[in-house]
Amino acid sequence: MSSPSFLQPTAFTKKRRRKNAVFQTLCLIAAFLAVVILVTLVSKVFVDGVGRVSLEFIKSNPSQMFPKKAGIFSPLIGSLYIMALTILFVVPVGIAAAIYLEEFTIRKTRLVRFIQVNISNLAGVPSIVFGMLGLSLFVTILHLGKSILTGALTMSILVLPMVILVTQEALKSVPKSYREASLALGSTQWQTILKAVIPRAMPGILTGIILSASRAIGETAPLIVVGAVGLVTFPPDSLDDRYTVLPLQILDWIGQPRQEFRNAAAAAILVLMGLLIVLNSIAIFIRARQQSKV
Amino acid sequence: MATTDFNQSQSRSIRVGDSKNRSRAITQTIVRGICFICASFSIVATIGIFAILFLESIPFFQNVNIVGFLTGTEWQMMGSVKKYGVLPLVTGTLLITIGSGLVSIPLGLGVGIYLAEYAHARVRKILKPILELLAGVPSVVFGYFALSLVTPGLRGGVDFIGKVLPTLNPMLPEFRPANAAAGAIVVGFMTLPLVSSLCEDAIAAVPKALREAAYGLGCTKAEVITKVAIPSAFSGIIASFILALSRAVGETMAVTIAAGATPQLTFNPGNEVMTMTAQIVNVSKGDVSRGEVRYQSIFAIGLLLFLITFALNLVAQKYVRKMSGGGAK
Repeated sequence: MSSPSFLQPTAFTKKRRRKNAVFQTLCLIAAFLAVVILVTLVSKVFVDGVGRVSLEFIKSNPSQMFPKKAGIFSPLIGSLYIMALTILFVVPVGIAAAIYLEEFTIRKTRLVRFIQVNISNLAGVPSIVFGMLGLSLFVTILHLGKSILTGALTMSILVLPMVILVTQEALKSVPKSYREASLALGSTQWQTILKAVIPRAMPGILTGIILSASRAIGETAPLIVVGAVGLVTFPPDSLDDRYTVLPLQILDWIGQPRQEFRNAAAAAILVLMGLLIVLNSIAIFIRARQQSKV
Repeated sequence: MATTDFNQSQSRSIRVGDSKNRSRAITQTIVRGICFICASFSIVATIGIFAILFLESIPFFQNVNIVGFLTGTEWQMMGSVKKYGVLPLVTGTLLITIGSGLVSIPLGLGVGIYLAEYAHARVRKILKPILELLAGVPSVVFGYFALSLVTPGLRGGVDFIGKVLPTLNPMLPEFRPANAAAGAIVVGFMTLPLVSSLCEDAIAAVPKALREAAYGLGCTKAEVITKVAIPSAFSGIIASFILALSRAVGETMAVTIAAGATPQLTFNPGNEVMTMTAQIVNVSKGDVSRGEVRYQSIFAIGLLLFLITFALNLVAQKYVRKMSGGGAK
């Protein structure tokens, strides 16, 4: 070595540099593992299920006897019902609640703070507990039966905190000048909210709605508690009919010992994930368009 | 806010007696009322959950001694002698929760640090949607993953170790088709994105000046992260850990599929265990009518589950408030 000895790294410095490199590698490995997990999961499901996915699979009803002929028509329709009804119930209430908390409260009173704490607590309650609330409230007290309506109402309470929180964020991001300009033109506060604030917050609100929709089709546990059944071989034809949903059909097939059913489960998972990816891409598209506008 | 001034101006115009303005003011009041009612739904829901879990548990505790419920080591709903001791379910949940933490906490923290400190903007743009996707995968899918890949993997791993080091053989666990380890691992995967995104936010929020001061003193990047960034983001990081554990306690479908349906008091990760949530699902799936002790028991379990997660969430929120209020230590 040509450099003088006092410029050469000491043993202590070398150790610190080594530690630095090790630490960075560990973080990189963690990030890499997260990707590997997702890729393995998706490819395993893909390999198992892709052979079974066909138009026939989507159009035929499930069966416990003939794994080769079994399809996912009735659970798919059940899932779409639950998703549509949940959105129908939760969107007006969730948006109104967020508007109250963000726009109509001049000062953060104790009541407003209490509501806010409640919402974040609700967001952390295990989903199955919402199922028990639904079982008691809708099935036992309100006599709605173990129907789609009960399932959708339960799901609405489950996703409500999420819709409120996301909408609040969207409303918060609207610049104050929008409100001031509208108020200065003589509109009432409600007109301001309706015509100036909400249009500007719309992409954020839509993202929240889409996220809650994907939660509503992926969630299973509360629906089991409020009485969705494992195997229904016909699509529901009214709101108080028996029903099943895609994740429950998957659960039923996973429980079957024959490999053909496992493959059917994987195929159903592919359809479910396909739905979720479509929903999420819409959300990402909306977000990207909003960013390019600003 | 501008709202205060605005309300005053409005009341003045009403006094003038402009009928259009009056009807506008009435609309405003009605809308505000409706919005308030919607916001108060959240309070109703919270009270509803509390009330229903308490009220529906009362008949159960009239049939089953509460001390026996909390300290009993056997859960036996079938057969002539029925036993309702919740401890096997609690240890099952505990095993899953701790196991999932062993996966999600180190991995999630690592990913969070990587995203906040090392990743280029381009990498972050790819990695973050991937993590979001992982967070959005439905619970049943993780159950399928556990059965079809994680358990066979664990078995293969144990076989391999047994062949290479035969002396270890008696110590190795034997993995049953449904086992606690597989459940814990997939729940760890599920909660990883939660830990990583909260840790990233917490670490990214550490003021730049603190980092620069440490670099100025000659610290390496690892030293800056472990001795400056992590300690000042500590509250947020702890909150993310607690939230992940709380999520694991309440996780239902993946553990129902992966960890099995045999309530037993065990700490062997290769055994089948039943969690509190899996027990609720198990009872709900069967044809149980109101008035049976089995039906009542799910509310007692639900109450316990709710209280545990509620306590964990409160602690997490305390840490979150500390972070946003107190700033760096």
